[in-house]
Amino acid sequence: MWDHEIRAMASSHAIIAASMLMATVIPAVALPGFSVYGTHLLWLYLVSGAVTAVSVAVFWLLGITPPTKKHTLGYKLSRFFRSCVYFFLSCLFFHTVVVLYGAPLIVSALETFSLAVLLTSLTTLRCLCVLGPNVQAWIRVFSRHGAMSVWDTCLQITVACTLVGAWVGAFPIPLDWDRPWQVWPVSCSLGALFGYLSGLVAAPAWIHYHRKQLIYKCK
Amino acid sequence: MKIRSSVFASFILIFEVIGIALFLRGFFPVPVRSSLSSKNKLSDLPAEPLTGRSPNSSRLPQPLFKRVVIMLVDAMREDFVFGPNGRMYMPYTRHVVERGSSQSFVAKARPPTVTMPRIKALTTGSIPGFIDVVMNLNSPALLEDNLIWQAKTAGKRMVFYGDDTWVRLFPKHFMEYDGTTSFFVSDYTEVDNNVTRHLDSTLKRDDWDILILHYLGLDHIGHISGPHSSLIQPKLLEMDDILKKIHSALISKEAEGSLPYLLVLCGDHGMSETGSHGGSSEPEVNTPLVLISPAFKRKVGMEKPGVVEQVDLTSTLALGLGLPISQNNVGRVIPSVLEETSLRDQLRFLHLNGHQLSCLLKDSMPDYEKEIGFEQFRVAEKAHGSWMKLYLEGNTSEVLSNMGKKVLKQYLEALAAMSSALSKQLGKYDMYSMITGMVFVFQLLLVLLLAMPEALSGAAAVDLPVLSALLSLPFYLLCLLLASVHVLVCTSAESSCYFCSLSWGLVFAAVAFSSAMFCILVSIATRRIPVGPKFRGTLPAPAQPLFIIKAPLGSSGGGGDWSLSELDVLLLAGTVGHTLSLAASSFVEEEHQTWYFLLNTLCLIVFQDVCRKYFREQSASEDEEEHILPSKDYHPSTYPKAEICSEKWLALATPLFTLVCCRLLRSLNQTGVQWAHLPDIGHWLNSSEHKMVLSLLSAFCLVLIYLLVQRRCSWVSKVALALGLLGVYSYRAAVGNVLFPWQHSSRTMSKGTVEARFVYVFVLGILFTGTKDLLRSQIITADAKLKSRGLWEIYSGLVLLVSLLFRAHNLPVLCCCLLIQNLMAQFIWKKLHYDAAQTTIMHYWFGQAFFYFQGNSNNIATVDISVGFVGLESYVEAPAIFLTALSTYAGPLLWACHLVCFLSSHRSPVAVGHGCYCLALLRSVPAAAYIVLVTVLRYHLFIWSVFSPKLLYESMHLLLTAGVCLFFNIMEQSHGSSKS
Repeated sequence: MWDHEIRAMASSHAIIAASMLMATVIPAVALPGFSVYGTHLLWLYLVSGAVTAVSVAVFWLLGITPPTKKHTLGYKLSRFFRSCVYFFLSCLFFHTVVVLYGAPLIVSALETFSLAVLLTSLTTLRCLCVLGPNVQAWIRVFSRHGAMSVWDTCLQITVACTLVGAWVGAFPIPLDWDRPWQVWPVSCSLGALFGYLSGLVAAPAWIHYHRKQLIYKCK
Repeated sequence: MKIRSSVFASFILIFEVIGIALFLRGFFPVPVRSSLSSKNKLSDLPAEPLTGRSPNSSRLPQPLFKRVVIMLVDAMREDFVFGPNGRMYMPYTRHVVERGSSQSFVAKARPPTVTMPRIKALTTGSIPGFIDVVMNLNSPALLEDNLIWQAKTAGKRMVFYGDDTWVRLFPKHFMEYDGTTSFFVSDYTEVDNNVTRHLDSTLKRDDWDILILHYLGLDHIGHISGPHSSLIQPKLLEMDDILKKIHSALISKEAEGSLPYLLVLCGDHGMSETGSHGGSSEPEVNTPLVLISPAFKRKVGMEKPGVVEQVDLTSTLALGLGLPISQNNVGRVIPSVLEETSLRDQLRFLHLNGHQLSCLLKDSMPDYEKEIGFEQFRVAEKAHGSWMKLYLEGNTSEVLSNMGKKVLKQYLEALAAMSSALSKQLGKYDMYSMITGMVFVFQLLLVLLLAMPEALSGAAAVDLPVLSALLSLPFYLLCLLLASVHVLVCTSAESSCYFCSLSWGLVFAAVAFSSAMFCILVSIATRRIPVGPKFRGTLPAPAQPLFIIKAPLGSSGGGGDWSLSELDVLLLAGTVGHTLSLAASSFVEEEHQTWYFLLNTLCLIVFQDVCRKYFREQSASEDEEEHILPSKDYHPSTYPKAEICSEKWLALATPLFTLVCCRLLRSLNQTGVQWAHLPDIGHWLNSSEHKMVLSLLSAFCLVLIYLLVQRRCSWVSKVALALGLLGVYSYRAAVGNVLFPWQHSSRTMSKGTVEARFVYVFVLGILFTGTKDLLRSQIITADAKLKSRGLWEIYSGLVLLVSLLFRAHNLPVLCCCLLIQNLMAQFIWKKLHYDAAQTTIMHYWFGQAFFYFQGNSNNIATVDISVGFVGLESYVEAPAIFLTALSTYAGPLLWACHLVCFLSSHRSPVAVGHGCYCLALLRSVPAAAYIVLVTVLRYHLFIWSVFSPKLLYESMHLLLTAGVCLFFNIMEQSHGSSKS
């Protein structure tokens, strides 16, 4: 059963990674004047959009989202709205954190917000897909020894990798090399994306090699 | 021998300070100085060389120029005049350069390209070494032999308008002067108008010989918006008009028969592509030098300007005015300026310059006779003598002029060789002293690292095998070996070396100390190995300390495996990462970014820990409850006790509040290099329109400081503190930074000496009460409460002193510092049970970040030397240095003091020892790593502009930390005595 889950996880991760790749390659071919550095914000939105759409689709198809108690349309709609609100709040949260880290408050607010959107679509969206709009569950998963399934562990790993990637991405900003990728927020968003990609690879691999040690206490 | 951790740490730090001092002595080249402290006099000048007859003709040739106008434009780049845009920027100057009777050159300035050293270079002709710049940071008058002094002694009347650095350097030298301060960088029109307004009347008069104008506007524009801004062109056009005005005035005044005038246009340094200066990049170093005088030949077209050294102007001017060349000058006269004079005069000028250089060479080099330049000069002098003999005999043949030209060439070669030998002397490192210092520091660091498990153990005592090391055979063998190495190095060294010049007793003490340390090191290492046998084979030696550190640091994990909490990982990675980042010049320049970044992450991780503590406990009890994100306003009704509940929310809010504070403080003072030009709150507050806001803000801050500090003091100190803080405000009002509500117009500013002394009295009073309480708690009653009160009183005395020294706009920094300390101590460090090591590292990080929040940077220029004059009528060295150091390092010191206070009230009795040890380790690791980096990078382009200032900051910080550790020591001592 676990092998099955790990395989599902690996293939879904492959699909998500492929969608990110497509979001980079297709516009580069189709749109004239498109480049990762030059039209960075456009690229950021494309990638976030692609990741959002594909993850929602994949996780809906896989059916990982915890079963809801009620099946009425109204309840589903309210869940959907709550998810949207959470998504937006999470964007604001990331924006605030990035500003606290020293991003200019007014001058490049759009860039900062784009980075926040990207981080949200890489981390919070996944939480919403896997756990639903249930903060209690989120707190449980992100506290020590809180994972209760393979998907929880996977979520921990990808989110940590993404955030650490974005964190490390800020290192080259003070260097005086004057490269196009040092411009705010290029290095951070690239760091976040590379962190996310490595998380996508690392999560199934890590779970695969530690499947003997992983014991989840059931609810 | 068993000694306590704190004693051990202070001992190591003190010896590290000695090691670093030795390293610094080797690293900073000793400035080339003539041994005589007197100045060159006209009567001392050498006679004109002449073989055969008695040398009686010691006359100087007639001066070349009568009046000299020096127009110095700050931050003038060479391409502003000679570049492709020069015709657009400075049309008249360009016309004179191309068609007029002028000489133009590119003058190379030596780094540090900062105004004050450049002025010194221009007037003394010497190249001020880096250490010279630091040492003379606040020495007002220039005492070295210089051109201005020579001119004054010769009875020249001088007029000066411009940067008041000149007025401070040469007090009472000028017949008439008007200094403008370059304090307000945002002003670039007033500063220049203040200079130009005197020009018309001065140019009409005849009562001066030398006129010096120093224009600052261009430099200010560079700092604001860089060399390509739209403000540059109007400013340069303005400068061009002024030059035209001066030139036409000089032409109209020129009288037949008298000596011609000379108009000099030069820059003190250039401007980098970002508009700053101080480094050694091409645009910063290359300045234009245009000499305009009817004595020169009229040009026929644009020629490529020749390259000269900036200091060459000094000797040229001195000779041109008929003055003796100043003693420490390393420049050589520009030969093309002399072209129009007779051959005899030319030779005589070169001879004078050569004689001065050879005297300097004799003084500054032990083996000067081996120098090629010196030999060449001797030969040239002899040839000059025989030429003179022929000349005086009346020989006028072709032979004579050919021979003269040959002598001239010989002289020029000799001058070039001597000048370059002297300049090279400035760039030499004393490697032996550097390596010795480095070896000391590293031995001490390794001992410190290897002693970690014992020092951080429950006993907090280190067992140093001193006696067994001193009695062992290897110790004596090592002593012999090192002594022989020393003799070998010192006898074979070709250049002078500081360590070799030390007396034998000192050297032997150093050798014995070093070998004893080595023996101790080996014996501790062998003791360590059985402790961790599983790491021995697999790990390289430097990785071992990481394994050892984890045992005491990991609060949750066991001894053996890698179960560090996120906080421990961050603290370790941050410390190591910061040390490594010092290798890159950008990271040194922007070190504040590193600390802000690490501090933010620290706060977020602490926040996570707090969340975990409160939410896990809660969710363990009630699983059904649905919760909302902790950062939102939400009041759980489930908790029975409102007290615990409010405590929880305060604890949750503390890291977030700290984050917000840090973000605000960060935009208070922009420091560093790349983003230093961005507008910040500090500038906004300091502008005169916002004086009201600044007054309100500082009053509010002072009240808050009082409220935060007074809680733990005795009532006497409370009163003293309140009066002292009132005194601080009235001092600021007297100086003119803030306003009293009843005082609306800006009064005449005073120095505020009375008010500052009033505050000093209270500072001393509070410190005295604190010390008295401490002594009483130790000797008479052994009362822990009394002792902690004494400690807090000393701390509040320090706070009062710092609030006096900080500029008014920096008071929020102090305020936030106290606020964060209070909140963190109450809700985080105590409640979350962080151990002494973790708390120390956090304090250290906060201290570092606050160092930069104050507006400091790793550049010497940001040291606020005006602090040294607070409460003093005139410059007194010792208190000025003390106050400057205190205010510069106020952030780290306040946090270290808070650490002492916090740890001594800690539940664990050994916490103070652990804290002291960790502080010593945290300071020694970057300092030791940095001296290695500096040694490796000693030929780096930025070594003088970026790495050396940082080295000085590091050493100063190490010295202060050694002081703080001694204080720790006293605290622990009393703790031990009160326990027994």
